[in-house]
Amino acid sequence: MRTRLEWENETLKPSLKRAPERRTAFETPSGIPFEIIYGDQDANEYPGEYPFTRGVHPTMYRSRLWTMRQYAGYASAQESNQRYRYLLQQGQTGISVAFDLPTQLAMDADDPLAAGEVGKVGVSISTLDDARELFDQIPLDKISTSMTINAPAAILLALYIAVAKEQGVAEGKLRGTVQNDILKEYAARGLYVFPPRQSMRLVTDIFAYCTEHVPHWNTISISGYHIREAGSTAVQEVAFTLANAIAYVEAALSAGLDVDEFAGQLAFFFNAHNDFLEEIAKFRAARRLWAKLMRERFGAKDMRSCMLRFHAQTGGSTLTAQQPMNNVARVTIQALAAVLGGAQSLHTNSMDEALWLPTEESVRTALRTQQIIAHESGVAGTVDPLAGSYVVESLTDQIEQRAKTLIDEIDRMGGAVRSIESGWMQSQISDASYRYQREIESKDRVIVGLNEFKSESAGEANRKMTRFTVNQAVEQRQRERLAAWRAKRDGQKVSELCSRLEAAARGTENVMPCLITCVEAGMTVGEIGNVFRCVFGEYHPPTVI
Amino acid sequence: MSLNLTRRDLARLITRIENGERGAQEALNALYPHTGRARVIGITGAPGSGKSTLVSEMARAWRLRSGLDQPQVAIVAVDPSSPFSGGAILGDRIRMRDLYGDSGIFIRSMASRGALGGIAAATADVVSALDAYGFEIVLIETVGAGQLEVDVARIAQTVIVVEAPGAGDEVQAVKAGILEIADVIAVNKADREGVAQTISALQSALDIAPANGHHGARAATELASDDGTGWRPPIVKVSALNREGIVELLAAVDTHRDYLVATGEGERRYQQRIESDIKARLRELLLQTAMRRITQIDYQAVLAAVGQRSLHPAEAALKLLDSLHL
Amino acid sequence: MTTLPEPKPGASEISARPLRILIAKPGLDGHDRGAKVIARALRDAGMEVIYTGLRQTPEMIAEAALQEDVDAVGLSILSGAHNVLLPRIAEALRERGLSDVPIFAGGIIPDEDVPALVQAGIAGVFGPGSPIADIIAFIRARTPARD
Repeated sequence: MRTRLEWENETLKPSLKRAPERRTAFETPSGIPFEIIYGDQDANEYPGEYPFTRGVHPTMYRSRLWTMRQYAGYASAQESNQRYRYLLQQGQTGISVAFDLPTQLAMDADDPLAAGEVGKVGVSISTLDDARELFDQIPLDKISTSMTINAPAAILLALYIAVAKEQGVAEGKLRGTVQNDILKEYAARGLYVFPPRQSMRLVTDIFAYCTEHVPHWNTISISGYHIREAGSTAVQEVAFTLANAIAYVEAALSAGLDVDEFAGQLAFFFNAHNDFLEEIAKFRAARRLWAKLMRERFGAKDMRSCMLRFHAQTGGSTLTAQQPMNNVARVTIQALAAVLGGAQSLHTNSMDEALWLPTEESVRTALRTQQIIAHESGVAGTVDPLAGSYVVESLTDQIEQRAKTLIDEIDRMGGAVRSIESGWMQSQISDASYRYQREIESKDRVIVGLNEFKSESAGEANRKMTRFTVNQAVEQRQRERLAAWRAKRDGQKVSELCSRLEAAARGTENVMPCLITCVEAGMTVGEIGNVFRCVFGEYHPPTVI
Repeated sequence: MSLNLTRRDLARLITRIENGERGAQEALNALYPHTGRARVIGITGAPGSGKSTLVSEMARAWRLRSGLDQPQVAIVAVDPSSPFSGGAILGDRIRMRDLYGDSGIFIRSMASRGALGGIAAATADVVSALDAYGFEIVLIETVGAGQLEVDVARIAQTVIVVEAPGAGDEVQAVKAGILEIADVIAVNKADREGVAQTISALQSALDIAPANGHHGARAATELASDDGTGWRPPIVKVSALNREGIVELLAAVDTHRDYLVATGEGERRYQQRIESDIKARLRELLLQTAMRRITQIDYQAVLAAVGQRSLHPAEAALKLLDSLHL
Repeated sequence: MTTLPEPKPGASEISARPLRILIAKPGLDGHDRGAKVIARALRDAGMEVIYTGLRQTPEMIAEAALQEDVDAVGLSILSGAHNVLLPRIAEALRERGLSDVPIFAGGIIPDEDVPALVQAGIAGVFGPGSPIADIIAFIRARTPARD
C-alpha cells in the first residue's frame, strides 16, 4: 500500500516536469474538474509505477495523446509516399508501413511466385531506390516510422538506415519500430521464411545492433494482434504474446545482452476486439503480468524494462462484408477499449476492409473516429478511468491468472519456440477459432447484419460503395524498375558482397553492418533473402488444423 | 512402365481400392503379376518425431541418387479418421512441399477409416497398385498417434522407427512398444539437446531385448523368423529439417535390404507374408460365407442364449459351425 | 501391357464413400484461419480433407488434386491476387484432364470480380461471412455422381 501523496511526490511530480499536461485544466462539460486519478487515498497500484496495471505514464493522455498511426501502403513506393504525406497532413502523427507479400517474404517483385501479389496488400520494396521514394520528403529525424516486417526485418531496417543516411540523418536519431516478431508468424500469421532457430538469430542481431547504434528504435513489436485474428481468445492472446516475449528475452540474454540494455526497446502490439470490458481488462492484465515477469523472472532493475508499451489495432476479423457501415460502430467500440486500456498508439480499421483495401475516404473516417475519441468523448481527461470498477478489476485479475497458467504450461513444454514447433500453440488457436465459428453458425453468438438483423439490400449497398483498386500496371512497372536497377549497379561488387553476406550468415557475427553495406551497393531484398534461404534453409510448419 | 495407366488412372484406381468399389479387386488381380518389385519401407513413430519431413527428405535423397539408382518414389501417408464423423484431415503434404515438381514422385494421403494399427485396411492393396505401376520405392508413413502401430510391419520389408529427443529421457518408442518392429531406428532432430540421452536409452532398450527381439512383434503378426543371425537395428542420427544424416539413413536401409537378401531372411519373411495374407483373406471369406449360410433362426437363438449366459460364446461359435455341416 | 477391367459402379457401394476435398491456399498470404475452419467443418461433415497449407502455386494445387483424386478443390485467398491466380488454377486443372473437378473459392473477393471468375471455371465463390452450411451444400450438389 502507498498513499496518494507518496505517488504524487515520487512519481507524478517528476513526470510532470518532463511531460507537462496538454491543458491547464480538464473538466466535464458541466464544469466538474477531472482529477488525474480516482480511488482511495491508499492503493496498491498507481499509474506510472510498477506493475503498471494502471498505465505506463502517471498522466497518460493528459500529457500526450496516443499516437494515431494508420497502417497503410500499397502499390509502388511513390503512391504510398503520397498516402503517407496525405495522412500526415490530416493530423496523423506517425507513419506505419504496410509491405506487400513478396517483400514480406524477402522476394523481389520479379520473382515468379510474386505474380499477382505485387503492391496488393502493401507497398512493393525491392531496392534502395524504392526505399528512397517511399520516404521522399518525409523527415526521418522528426517522425517515427513503424514497419510491419518480420522474416526480412533486418533487410528493411538496413534500407531505412541507408535512406536516413542519405537524408543526412544519423541512425542514432531514428525513431520507430520494426515488427520483427517471427514467432507469431509461425504461430498465426504465416509469413515465415527461415527455420525458427536461424530466425531468432536475426531477431537478436537487430536487438544487439540497435542497442548500440539506434537506441530510440523499438527493436521488436511482440504481437498478439495476429494471434487474435487467427481466432484465439483474449486470454490466449495475452498468454501466447508474453510467452513469445519471454522467448525473445531469453534469446537476447543467451546472445550475451544485459536485460536492462534491451528490454526497454521491446514493444507490444495487441488487438482491440468487440467485447468491450474484457478488452479493457486484457490490456491492464497484460501490463501487470509483464511487469512481474520482467522483475521476478528476469531480474530487471530498470523500470523501463518492466513497462509494457503497446500499439493497438482494432480487430480486422470482426468486420463484416455485410452492411459495411456497421463496421464504423464496431471500430468505435474497439478503439475506445484500446484507449481505456491505455494504448500508446492506435490504428483504427476502415469500414470497407472486409471487402477490399480501404479507400482514402474510409481511411479518413477511421482516423476521425480516433480524433473524436480523443477530443470529444472526454475519456482522455483522466487516467485509467475504469480502475476500481468491480467488473474490470475482476476481469483484470482473472485474465492475468489464466494467462499465467497458460504460460506455465508452455514453460513445461520447453518454451514458446518448442510449443510452436510442435504445433501446440497453433492447435490451441485453431480450436478456439473453430469454436467461435460454430457459435456464429448456430447463432449462439449474434453478429449484427451477418447472422441476425440481415437486410436484403446489403449486397446492393456494397455495390454502391466506392471500391479501391490497386493499379494493375504496378507489377510490370516494378519489374522494369528492377531490371534497370540491376543493369546500372556494379555487378562485380554485388557478387563480392553476396559471398561476404553468406559468410556473415554462416558465422556468428552480427549481420546488420554487412546488410547495410549490401543494400547501399544495390543488392535487392530478394537477393539478400536468397542468400539467407541458401544458408538457413526454408521452414515448413507442422500439420496443425 | 508396363501398364497403360496414366497418373490420373492410378489415382482413381487407388480411390476405388480404398472404397472397395466394384472392379477394384478385378483390377488388383490383373495387376498382381506386375507386383513384387518395389521396395516397401514403413516409417512410424510418435507424434512430433518429424516423420513427414523425414519421409519427404528420404524421397528427395533417393531421387538425387545418380543414374540407374534413381528410383521412382511413391509415398502413402496415413492420417486418422475421426471416429465421430468418419471424416479426416490429411495434412502430410504440407511438409512434403519440396517434392513438388518432380514427376518421379507420387504422394497419396489416406485416412485410416477406423483401422487402429497405424495404417488403413486398404493400405496394402494401395501399395500393390503403386508397386505394379512401377514405383521402385514405396514409403508408408503411419498415422503416428502414439498407439501400437505395428501393422506396417506386415507390408514393409524395412521398418524405420523415428524417435526425437523430447522432454526428459523417456523414449516414446520404448513406451509405445513399437521398437520391436524396428529394422532401423532414426533419431530425428539430432541438432537438439538430449540426443545423447535418447540414443543411450534406445541402446539399453535394444540391449535388454532378446537377440532377435525386434522380431517379437513380427511373431505377433505371424511374421516370426528364426534366422539366428541377429540383426540389431542400427541407430542413425538425422536432422530432417537441416537435411543432415539422410544419406546415412538410406545407407542403413540398403544395408538392411542386403541383410534380408544375404541371410534369406527376406525370402522367409516374404513367404510368411504371403501365407499370412492368404490366411487373413481366407478368414474373412470364411466368415462371410458362414454368415451367409447360417440361418437367422439359429443365429438369433445362439445370440439369446449367450446373452442369458446359458451358453459360452465359444460353445456358441462351435454350435453355429456344426449347423453348417461342413 | 495389361488392360484393367472397367469399373462398373453400383449405387449401393458408392454411397459409403467419403468425399475427398482438397483445401489449398494459393498465393502468398498467410491467413489460414478460414481454410482451417473449412477443413474442420468438412471433416465434421464426414469428408476427407487433403490440406496442402500455405503458398501453393497453381501447378502444386493441380498436381495434388490429381494425385489425391479429389472430388472438389477449395481455395482460400485473402491477398487480392484472386483475379490472377484462380483462373490459372482452373487452367492447370484442365491441363491435367481435371476439368470435371469443381472448384470453389473463399476469401476477400469483391462481388464485381465474381462473374469473371465463374467464367474462368470457379464454380462457387464464397465471400466473407458465408455460412459453412452453404459450402457443404455446394459440394454435395456438385458431386452427385459420387455421393
